[in-house]
Amino acid sequence: MLGRLCPLPIIELARRIGDVAVGETVTVVADDPAAASDVPAWCRMREHDYLGATPEAHGTAYEVRRTH
Amino acid sequence: MSGYFDAATAMPLHPAARAALDAALDDGWADPGRLYREGRRARLLLDGAREATAEAIGARPDEVTFTPSGTLANHLAVLGALAARRRVGRHFVVSAVEHSTVLAAAAHHEGDGGETTTVGVDATGRVDAASYAAALRADTALASLQSANHEVATLQPVAEVAALCRERGVPLHVDAAQTVGRLPLDGWDLLSASARKWGGPTGVGVLAVRTGVRWRSPLPEDEHESGRFPGPVPLPLVVAAAAALRARTSAQAKDAERLAALTQRIRDELPVRIRDVDVLGPADAADRVPHIVAFSCLYVAGEALATELDRAGFSVSSGSSCSSSALTPSHVLAAMGALTHGNVRISLADDADESDVQRLLDVLPPIVAELRSRAGAADL
Repeated sequence: MLGRLCPLPIIELARRIGDVAVGETVTVVADDPAAASDVPAWCRMREHDYLGATPEAHGTAYEVRRTH
Repeated sequence: MSGYFDAATAMPLHPAARAALDAALDDGWADPGRLYREGRRARLLLDGAREATAEAIGARPDEVTFTPSGTLANHLAVLGALAARRRVGRHFVVSAVEHSTVLAAAAHHEGDGGETTTVGVDATGRVDAASYAAALRADTALASLQSANHEVATLQPVAEVAALCRERGVPLHVDAAQTVGRLPLDGWDLLSASARKWGGPTGVGVLAVRTGVRWRSPLPEDEHESGRFPGPVPLPLVVAAAAALRARTSAQAKDAERLAALTQRIRDELPVRIRDVDVLGPADAADRVPHIVAFSCLYVAGEALATELDRAGFSVSSGSSCSSSALTPSHVLAAMGALTHGNVRISLADDADESDVQRLLDVLPPIVAELRSRAGAADL
């Protein structure tokens, strides 16, 4: 989701979470600074696990585990 | 009826301010520092405005300085106190949710070789007094804490923090922009406020420094404002600001109760009417300033939401990035761990009533639904 501004990376995350099995993870790579707040906030609101952020060459990777 | 919901930025001019402004334009044009008749007349007006302002904020008149804005009052409070206590040290403590003007002063201080510690907040935007006190050091020259957060309404534990700062001998600056004229406040050593937030005109800020608290203006001195702010005071504006403050303060308990009921209604009904909305700030009304309520809607851009609300007749602000000129989201929302997109702040002016709130609650759900649908997020 490089070059895409929130809420677009969050919308994409919400779409993709259904593609993985419960217990598996989805990684969002985004360069919008708002993602640093919005990925964990989305996890809180949707009750998924936020596993953390890792800086990439371009942007940051945010990892989320599907819990339900 | 009004859809103006950005009172936390600026309130419409209070009727009492307009009357005072007219009178002061006639009688207050001369320099109050001069001893001739016109100067004496201006001096009386300035003294009266200072006394009224001092009374409203719980200060002595000689502790009050008028500045051209709340912004400059914050800058001067911080930089002046840090300058005066340089021998103690160059460490400054702030909360993570201070107004950007306080954080800008902190950045300025750091650019000048000083050091800042930023104290975090909980999910409601509130500072923990013990954590705040733990950041104080032997070389802490100043601590700064807002009375209430301007974006999410959270009242800060100023009295507790003030007591802990006093024990450590650290002066406390309180940015009281959101509470002056609305709620009483105690515990500050330095206070700043902005007249346009209480119904006074833009162009007037207040800086108050308690007697005995060390403070030195970082600006060149002249004979105005006892050397605390250079240049002539815009007397008609100051007189108007003081009149508005006097009028607001006398009605503050009644207004607070009425506005608190309206913001509570918005808080209660939004999650019922819109799904996936994060209502921000403390749940208990006693922990909030009465006129502000903020929320974030999942999958919606804050800028688009503010634009659609404007089209529907509502003037609001947003802490989302890409709203206004900011590229990064609100530091307040980020510090709280709140959703930063789809953010709206409603802040009620004195004339807001039940029908305005009802209209807002009616127009918001279809706007949010439409924006989600446009983003392809209606089914998420």
